[in-house]
Amino acid sequence: MVWIAIRMLTGDATKFYGLLFGIAFSTLLITQQLTIFVNLIERGASGVYNVPSADVWVMDPVSRTTDVNLPMPSTALDRVRSVPGVEWAVPHLRAAASVRTKEGDLEGVSVIGVDDATLIGLPRRMTSGSTNVLERPDAVVIDDVGTTRFFPEGYDPVGERLELNDQRAVIMGVADAVPSFTSQVTLYTRYSRALNFVPGTRNRLSFVLVGAAPNIDAKILATRITEATGLRARTRDEFARDGIDFIIENTGIPLNFGITVMLGFLVGVAIVGLTFSLFIRDNIKQFGALKAIGVNNAKIRRMVAAQAAMVGSIGYGLGVLGTVAFIWSFSSNPTFKGFYIPWQVPLISLAAVTLILTLTGWIALRNVLKTEPAAVFR
Amino acid sequence: MSDVALAAPSDAATAIATRGVVRDFTAGQQTIRVLHGIDLDIRAGELTYLVGESGSGKTTLISIMCGILWPTEGEVRLFGTDIYKLSDNELVDFRLRNVGFIFQQYNLIPAIDAASNAAVPLIAQGVGRGEARARAIELLAALNIADQADKLPSQLSGGQQQRVAIARALVHQPRLIVCDEPTAALDARSGRRVMDLLREVALADDRSVIIVTHDNRIFDLADRILVLEDGRVTHDGRDMPKDH
Ligand SMILES: Nc1ncnc2c1ncn2[C@@H]1O[C@H](COP(=O)(O)OP(=O)(O)OP(=O)(O)O)[C@@H](O)[C@H]1O
Ligand SMILES: [Mg+2]
Repeated sequence: MVWIAIRMLTGDATKFYGLLFGIAFSTLLITQQLTIFVNLIERGASGVYNVPSADVWVMDPVSRTTDVNLPMPSTALDRVRSVPGVEWAVPHLRAAASVRTKEGDLEGVSVIGVDDATLIGLPRRMTSGSTNVLERPDAVVIDDVGTTRFFPEGYDPVGERLELNDQRAVIMGVADAVPSFTSQVTLYTRYSRALNFVPGTRNRLSFVLVGAAPNIDAKILATRITEATGLRARTRDEFARDGIDFIIENTGIPLNFGITVMLGFLVGVAIVGLTFSLFIRDNIKQFGALKAIGVNNAKIRRMVAAQAAMVGSIGYGLGVLGTVAFIWSFSSNPTFKGFYIPWQVPLISLAAVTLILTLTGWIALRNVLKTEPAAVFR
Repeated sequence: MSDVALAAPSDAATAIATRGVVRDFTAGQQTIRVLHGIDLDIRAGELTYLVGESGSGKTTLISIMCGILWPTEGEVRLFGTDIYKLSDNELVDFRLRNVGFIFQQYNLIPAIDAASNAAVPLIAQGVGRGEARARAIELLAALNIADQADKLPSQLSGGQQQRVAIARALVHQPRLIVCDEPTAALDARSGRRVMDLLREVALADDRSVIIVTHDNRIFDLADRILVLEDGRVTHDGRDMPKDH
């Protein structure tokens, strides 16, 4: 009977495609929006992801994220270094500055000062130039997505001069970095140079980055550092999470995306529910005849379930493919750099599709089950 | 359950026995009695006509006799089985094995071809698609439309569709065939031809055929004619009463 059910469904091309469209559209909207959402909020942790070698981030107790921080006195570095279990500790400066471009525009940038000796804090991979370019006194490395904000697409900025807080800076390399949440331009330079670029208060040490000694757990080390120094210490994972939570708590993004995902779901319910009900209504006489002939309700249920499963699997597949195509076609767009589909997202949209079809199939099925077999003689 | 269905009938020749069958319909506040205690024995091997004016209760009675409408009172034995004592699922299964239906509007499934439509009862019984279709095509051949087996219902004429519907009613060799107004939509000649066909392919010694009809052009083809008036059987014989 299942193949008859499938034929009944595919035989009515308009409704079949309508159902597929409804499911595919819902899947696409839900999957795509959730994907963008996850990738966007993960950028709240970009500062952490860009320094994967740091096991523990040490900061002033009031600092919350890589971008919301209160600098510490430079003595903090030595205090952290003296904690047992700290393999290495390096200074890390993060500050806002402004750049005057050649055209005369003023742009806000973030300046990151990385350890002079080890260059820890600089993204590992460079798309242009090498990490040792920072040895030149006024050299800065720009992040790749930031480049697109300053220069036309495809332009190699190496050698370009910038006026960074009224100081001369020369771009000597381009780093392959995870873009920040605001996709603000990031300029990396050595810590000692950064102190010059970013004038200001006595305290300018934003973070101390710590590498844990072998066989000590980062979490334990973080607790130990806090106890010994009174500073806040977060493991890499915790601090990444802090950055993401900050975005979730302080922006309308979860609400906005939540609304879109909900709309995707509702549109799915509406299109699929309506089409499914119409389909069942059109076939109600046939279903009635089947019931009179001797097809029991369990088999009828199985038929409608097979129809729902067919529409669901194809529509869902199309929707996920659509999302993949979307992410893929925008992969060269700097805004979408590094976007990926977390495995949980297709599962969530699968659950949504299942819910849509269960709901609408159940409503449509009720009419069939209610049909008296005696109605066939009317 | 199968032992219930296969229980030996009290009288081997009796296909249907109704005793005191009453049916009420409730429309809004008032209850209308449509059937007033029907006692009938329908024999196997006979073609029985059920005739009567519109609203006399023909459809109601035939529906009760074939197991798709519960009587308000009374019992119906089909080949010895008290069918309304069966559970819902047992009754559905009983119909699937013992009753063939010819609906007035045929109710063929538009998306599957003639052979598959005719094979539906077998497929519902769990017979494989290939075998079910093969048996359906044999019947279509007996009905002279084997060459239409691969066509969709929409590609068939009305008469061809009806033959497919007849094939569907017979394919699983049920012991009772019921038709409500099979010739209503046909002209006199086609109507006669369908009745001839039904006599030829549907009727057998161990099978009975009940046909509800208004069509006085074909009364001579029946073995027995039952006249229903306001929910009571007022005539029972080989011919129509004179005043009809
Ligand atoms: N489901 C129902 N609900 C309410 N009343 C019904 C129902 N089915 C039939 N009736 C009533 O029962 C009576 C007999 O109906 P039935 O359909 O059996 O007549 P019929 O002899 O088949 O008529 P026709 O020749 O017009 O088909 C009619 O008055 C009809 O209105
Ligand atoms: Mg009727």
